[in-house]
Amino acid sequence: MITDSVTTHNLARTLREHALRMVHAVNASHIGTCLSMADIIAVLYSGVLHLNPADPTLPDRDRLILSKGHGAAILYAALAETGFFPVDELNTYCRENSRLMGHISHHVPGVEVSTGSLGHGLSFGTGMALACKRDNSNWRVFVILSDGELDEGSNWEPILFAPHHQLDNLVAIVDYNKIQSFGTVEEVLSLEPLRAKWEAFGWEVREVDGHDHAALTESLSSIPFKTGKPSVLIAHTVKGKGVSYMENSLAWHYRSPNDELLTQALDELGCGE
Amino acid sequence: MRTRFIETLCRLAAQDERIWLVCGDLGYSVLEVFRDRFPNRYLNAGVAEQNMTTMAAGLAHSGKIVYTYSIANFPVMRCLEQIRNDVCYHNLPVKVVAVGGGLAYGTQGYSHHGVEDLAVTRVLPNMTVFAPGDPWEAECVTEAAANIPGPCYIRLGKAGEPNVHNCRPNFEIGKILTVKNGTDITLLSTGGMLVTALTCASLLEDKGISAQVLSSPSLQPFDIDSMHNIGMSTKHIATLEEHAEGGLATIVAEQIAFENLDIKLIPFRLQRNPTTVAGSQEHLRSLHSLSPERIVSRIYKWFPE
Ligand SMILES: [Mg+2]
Repeated sequence: MITDSVTTHNLARTLREHALRMVHAVNASHIGTCLSMADIIAVLYSGVLHLNPADPTLPDRDRLILSKGHGAAILYAALAETGFFPVDELNTYCRENSRLMGHISHHVPGVEVSTGSLGHGLSFGTGMALACKRDNSNWRVFVILSDGELDEGSNWEPILFAPHHQLDNLVAIVDYNKIQSFGTVEEVLSLEPLRAKWEAFGWEVREVDGHDHAALTESLSSIPFKTGKPSVLIAHTVKGKGVSYMENSLAWHYRSPNDELLTQALDELGCGE
Repeated sequence: MRTRFIETLCRLAAQDERIWLVCGDLGYSVLEVFRDRFPNRYLNAGVAEQNMTTMAAGLAHSGKIVYTYSIANFPVMRCLEQIRNDVCYHNLPVKVVAVGGGLAYGTQGYSHHGVEDLAVTRVLPNMTVFAPGDPWEAECVTEAAANIPGPCYIRLGKAGEPNVHNCRPNFEIGKILTVKNGTDITLLSTGGMLVTALTCASLLEDKGISAQVLSSPSLQPFDIDSMHNIGMSTKHIATLEEHAEGGLATIVAEQIAFENLDIKLIPFRLQRNPTTVAGSQEHLRSLHSLSPERIVSRIYKWFPE
């Protein structure tokens, strides 16, 4: 667990720095998506999630599923920083024989579930939440979804299912950065009105600035948003957040910064050498 | 078979509270007995097989042993990636049960013909694949599945299949069962073709050909030792399956090649082309040349007198 003296902002900056260095080192994709959810991850791993890095399979732990598995780097960084495995191991990201694969891997301590094909994580979490309820346990399940991922019809099956079964221990977080793999969400397949869709299916919805730590902390500490209903936090985010040349740019779903751009990115984030 | 399945599952569930049954809104007049007895471990996921399967993975991840249940292709093909990524890759104890495999839903059309399921499931990592040949074998594989710590696929017949074994067979995972001894040819069946295999054996006996009948309820893992035995005994094998390419005949052919066995093989299986007309299971089998008469007429050619 993060100690009280480390603020969520410091953690978010550290995670961004790790993710930038990781993708830079191996010329990997998906930095934009990592920066988009860096603040969400930082808040979750600063005490919202009930976890014990020394015992990552404790039965009563909260579960987190990164359904947008391509954002693996930022989650690996969070797990390393919170003690699930040594920070040095982040240097192996996407290198030969590393367990830190480009899409999130359950072979890494602290990772519950491997994803990578979109539209699986919410069903996985729904099954866990149902098991928890039927066992009269109290842990929660957090599932982080991308906006583009909501194109997958498979998501709408658990979105229909979870309210019917009153799974108020289930939390979906939508990283709504408005850009998907090959265009903006508006261009490719509009999700609007997104809030109304979730509400119509029976979820309790909150919307938040996904980079506002106080707002994120407040919302994520108020689970369930309403007793008897699953919660969804629609987090309005900026893809590539924190690095000027990456923000709101589709290209940084794919590109990796060269040495010069890395230096600029770290400067902008205030990551001193 | 489906009746024996649910009876067995209820017995297992009474002994092991980790056992769950999750259906995709099918199972009328079959699953009620489980639902009423174990309501807290029963779930109708709705007509949503993708969610059914991955939720089962989530339940299994949380310590449950989950049987998913639907008919023919629905619990397999619709959600194949969910089985591959969420169940098999995570090596979770989810037991996918398809009732009415093969051409059991004969008149219902190609959507309901589960004829490629064995080919796709047997190549998945960690997956154990069963196709029992009679109610006794269905009971055995249902039990065995509960004790396997990882994923299983069980292809069941539908209803009304006769008991072929006259008592509980000496079942082992990955082992072939001997149903009848014989010396000239081996008839190796999987799933519901077992009765046909016995009929064929009897027709062959009338012509003076002694046929051994074996049943292979396990397709993955497969019984390689038995293949070696056949290579040293009858040296002729006819495989019988209600399945297209990629199933039993393919497995046997691979073993013959890989193990360099001295065995001649005739595959009796479904043609690749879909069945496009209505018909009973028996009628559709005959359209695919899987009637006992057609089978034995091809086998005779091996034994010119
Ligand atoms: Mg996006």
